[in-house]
Amino acid sequence: MSLKDTLFTEAEQKALFDHTFLARERLEEQYASLPHQSETAAFGMWVFLATEVMFFGTLFLSVGAYWCLAPEVIERASLELNWIIGGINTLVLLVSSLMMVLAIHSAQINRQSDVYRYLLLTAGLGVCFLCFKALEYYIDYRENLIPGFKFDEAEWVSRGVDASQIGYVKIFLFLYWTMTGFHALHVTIGIVAVLVMAVLTRRGHFSAEYYSPLDVTGLYWHFVDVVWIFLFPALYLLGTHRL
Amino acid sequence: MFESAKSAWFPPEASTTAAHVDHLLYFLLTVCGSVGLLVAFLMFYFCIKYRRRPGAGRPARTHASHALEWFWTITPLFIFVGIFIWGAVVYVDAYHAPADSIPIYGIGKQWMWKFQHPEGQREINTLHVPLGRPVQVLLTSEDVIHSFFIPAFRVHMDVLPNRYTSVWFQATRPGEYHLFCSQYCGTNHAGMIGTVVVMEPADFENWLSLHAEGSLALEGRKVFLKYRCVSCHSANAGARAPVLEGLYGNTVRLNNGRTVIADDAYIRESILDPGAKIAAGWENIMPTFRGQITEEEIYALIAYFRSLQRGQTPRRVEDYPPPTGTPPINTKTPEGGTSDGKASVPKQP
Amino acid sequence: MTTATLLPPAPQPAEPPAERSNYLNVSYGVVSWLLTKDHKRIAILYLISVTVMFLLGGVAISIVRLHLMTPQGALVSADTYNRLFTMHGVIMVFFFLVPVAPAVLGNFCLPLMIGAKDLAFPRINLLSWYLYVIGGAWTLWAMLTEGVDTGWTFYAPYSSQATHYNVVPTLIGLVLAGFSSLFTGLNFIVSTHWLRAPGLTWFRLPIFVWAMYGTSFISLLAVPVLAMALILLMLERLLHIGIFDPALGGDPLLFQHLFWFYSHPAVYIMILPGMGIVSEVIPCFARKALFGYTFVAFSSLAIAFLSFLVWAHHMFVAGITLYAALIFSCLSFLVAVPSAIKVFNWTATLYKGSIAFETPMLFCLGFVALFTAGGLTGLFLATLGVDIHVHDTYFVIAHFHFIMVGGMVMAYMGGLHFWWPKMTGRMYSQWWSRLAALIIFVGFFLTFLPQFIVGYNGMPRRYYQYVPEFQVWNVLSSAGASILAVGYVLPLAYLIYSLRYGPRTGNNPWGATGLEWQTASPPPRDNFDVTPTVVRGPYEYDTGKAQNEP
Repeated sequence: MSLKDTLFTEAEQKALFDHTFLARERLEEQYASLPHQSETAAFGMWVFLATEVMFFGTLFLSVGAYWCLAPEVIERASLELNWIIGGINTLVLLVSSLMMVLAIHSAQINRQSDVYRYLLLTAGLGVCFLCFKALEYYIDYRENLIPGFKFDEAEWVSRGVDASQIGYVKIFLFLYWTMTGFHALHVTIGIVAVLVMAVLTRRGHFSAEYYSPLDVTGLYWHFVDVVWIFLFPALYLLGTHRL
Repeated sequence: MFESAKSAWFPPEASTTAAHVDHLLYFLLTVCGSVGLLVAFLMFYFCIKYRRRPGAGRPARTHASHALEWFWTITPLFIFVGIFIWGAVVYVDAYHAPADSIPIYGIGKQWMWKFQHPEGQREINTLHVPLGRPVQVLLTSEDVIHSFFIPAFRVHMDVLPNRYTSVWFQATRPGEYHLFCSQYCGTNHAGMIGTVVVMEPADFENWLSLHAEGSLALEGRKVFLKYRCVSCHSANAGARAPVLEGLYGNTVRLNNGRTVIADDAYIRESILDPGAKIAAGWENIMPTFRGQITEEEIYALIAYFRSLQRGQTPRRVEDYPPPTGTPPINTKTPEGGTSDGKASVPKQP
Repeated sequence: MTTATLLPPAPQPAEPPAERSNYLNVSYGVVSWLLTKDHKRIAILYLISVTVMFLLGGVAISIVRLHLMTPQGALVSADTYNRLFTMHGVIMVFFFLVPVAPAVLGNFCLPLMIGAKDLAFPRINLLSWYLYVIGGAWTLWAMLTEGVDTGWTFYAPYSSQATHYNVVPTLIGLVLAGFSSLFTGLNFIVSTHWLRAPGLTWFRLPIFVWAMYGTSFISLLAVPVLAMALILLMLERLLHIGIFDPALGGDPLLFQHLFWFYSHPAVYIMILPGMGIVSEVIPCFARKALFGYTFVAFSSLAIAFLSFLVWAHHMFVAGITLYAALIFSCLSFLVAVPSAIKVFNWTATLYKGSIAFETPMLFCLGFVALFTAGGLTGLFLATLGVDIHVHDTYFVIAHFHFIMVGGMVMAYMGGLHFWWPKMTGRMYSQWWSRLAALIIFVGFFLTFLPQFIVGYNGMPRRYYQYVPEFQVWNVLSSAGASILAVGYVLPLAYLIYSLRYGPRTGNNPWGATGLEWQTASPPPRDNFDVTPTVVRGPYEYDTGKAQNEP
């Protein structure tokens, strides 16, 4: 039992926390109040996500452009992607987003231990996503789906792709690697951010009045999820898969 | 010497397009010049008239008038629309070559220009054209992007690898003019320049006959045989590929229901990328010729198809053995019935 | 001092030597600067870095202009020449013009102008300076060791072929610098939305803030596209997968589309802040409210929006379809309208004013003249029928230098001279600075006017040698460039001199109305002792009564 606990009741501690610690430590000088600061931070994250949309949008545009140029070839190449693992990963991310929502909800009603637990679950599912992704990459490697590194043109000819059109296959796979790679990078950043939030939660950094970093991290995590939700059909579901 | 040396102020005006562009330029200079001078005059005048005088108090307020604001918003808009339309007319005119243009085949590569005339003459960094006849130059590049620019003709077109672009002009003054590459293309970009020689028609005919090497179409026929195109695209009954007579410039129905005009770009694509657009009723059994055939040979083939009339297709290759030294071609056996398709290429109307 | 309302604009007597704490003397030492979160100190850090970059880019182009004195160009080899103009373009565009106004003047003034203590995210602000410096150092290293010879446009497939030196490191540097301006833009947008002082409604914002808002909007939406295009180009080079290289099945026009989708709006990233600066300076020295405030404010937003719809006017002869060319030409004319509105309003602001010709005003009048000329020649290029002739010639070079150098650099100089007393608390020599403004104006005209003529005559850009008939114009241009160089070195000298020997200025030496003039010069660490409350529009210089009112 610390000195603080012996001197003050829980309610008094909370008041102290809110009025001195929060006001001094959490509030930056340029803001009028904590809600002002929190809203600004959330707005900043939204603006940042707008730039992320443009970032991924360029890649989606490239896929779309080549899909229009050579629809049959791109669809054929898409069939070779492992849509089952992709589908599982979609579910994993969706559930992780749910966990994030629950974490923020718990923060709003000030149940800090729940926040901690849900954040760990979110991060855990994120790691799970990355593991599935790694497995999928390994299968891609085994199946010679890495243009410029491990790629077999003859296989594609035997799959019915005209030899002169293999370039499109390579471009599609290249975009697949770039897009999923950048997405995986975002997931990794997200996991780190969520874990940092978990540690801060553990240290009692947040309260029902102040959980702005959690909120902002949540926005980012949901965005990463949404990107995957667009990415999955745009890459995996172009052709008609048969079980 | 070069015409443009005559005046340092203005380039020679040596094509029909040049006259159009220059007239547009004069118009723009007049309009923009007067607006610019008006603004400059007003600023200068205000600066002198309303300069701060010692002891002057603060000036009174001038209320911005919305009518005035809308006036100088709408007026430029109308002027701009006018300029746009005139510019578009000149551009559209420069975009569509007249049907009776002489086709010339041009290739840009680091760092030279190569040209082939339909009559077979080849030139490097020089281009001879007749006076008063429209000339269309079909352009492609063997490496990076170049740009075909003849200042005296006011024509300009980027030259892209793996793609055809074209430019046309009708020279109006005999003489020698500069040809520049204006799209940065590497170390010796500034050295990728040539000369366009505009000759009187009679002199041009004379020049053509002096430099004749056999027509480009004839060259194309040799290419057609060399790569054994004829073993499938033959006049024999039960040929494995469409007959190409009368193909050039006509509409081709494709197996996905669309149609395409058999122009230069289509022919080139079908040679290098046979699976891209397949004529209706035919299987794609053709191997790609990418990496084997040169851009010059494709040009020759195009010239050949342009000239190919009904009944001129050679018979199967056995009758015309390929010249020795031809690289072996990766021929595939046709899948399924080869001749079940109906002839998809429209015959001559 | 800060009061609840804006002071009437009257020059104040110089204060007694400032002993009070300000952002410059609040702490000392290199670390206190390198780890600062103060937007004003970060602005000074940027000022130093962009000046270094400007000088490097200037040295590169000086050699180029000297080289072009003779048609054979005997000074440097073709390869060196190509690297030099690439260096000039890359440095000037990505490391000077794009960051200069937002990162230096915007960083310093925007929080002051909106009455805030700092930007919304000070750490991100510092981060963006570090990104700029790391990107800049990295790019410089790449360009000074092996060099890059692709031009600042990096057109594929030339740039994706394996033999051309340090393309990849340069691109990495550019992506970093791009994120630097992206984070600056993010900070500005968020701050403008959330940190305005009480009473500072949107239509009481200075036009400079509107311009910064528009600029940031463009940065945010366009930079990611450029970053992605450059990343794809890098991967293409490293892995030989043809996204852009037709030899590998790619489409070179896709690169041009992506590149200009950023780089055309980037032109407005460069020029919009200049328009903002001029909209501050001209009312101040004419002692008139800015004519047509609403129209000028909305024209900034219109430019920011329309700038995204005109990128393909760089590609009229690149092999795009006829209809694309027609549409993009039409839209390009539309984007000229808001620029025209601004020019007319600046001119009308002078009407019946009380005009003083201090140095900032001279620079800004120069801006209006040169920007008008640049804008009008832009119409020539938007006109399809003329563009098929002058595309990729010196006509284009002259046009965009009129906008970028004649416009933006003039405006930046104007802004720097305008806010210099606020930044440093010292005044520079009026005589020398007016002389510099005059030299720059004259030198500029002499440098770039001949380029219009030689361009219409057909001299293509990026030529290390040229046909002899172009020589007279090139010599004139080089002569002008040497005058211009003198004009740019002069301010460096007298501004640095003023830091130590310049007389101290009061809080408001120009008698300006902006919030930034209501605090001390230099401002204290927290900008305002008391958060100001705003009750008026931004440019209440005149008596507030119309002439015919009693």
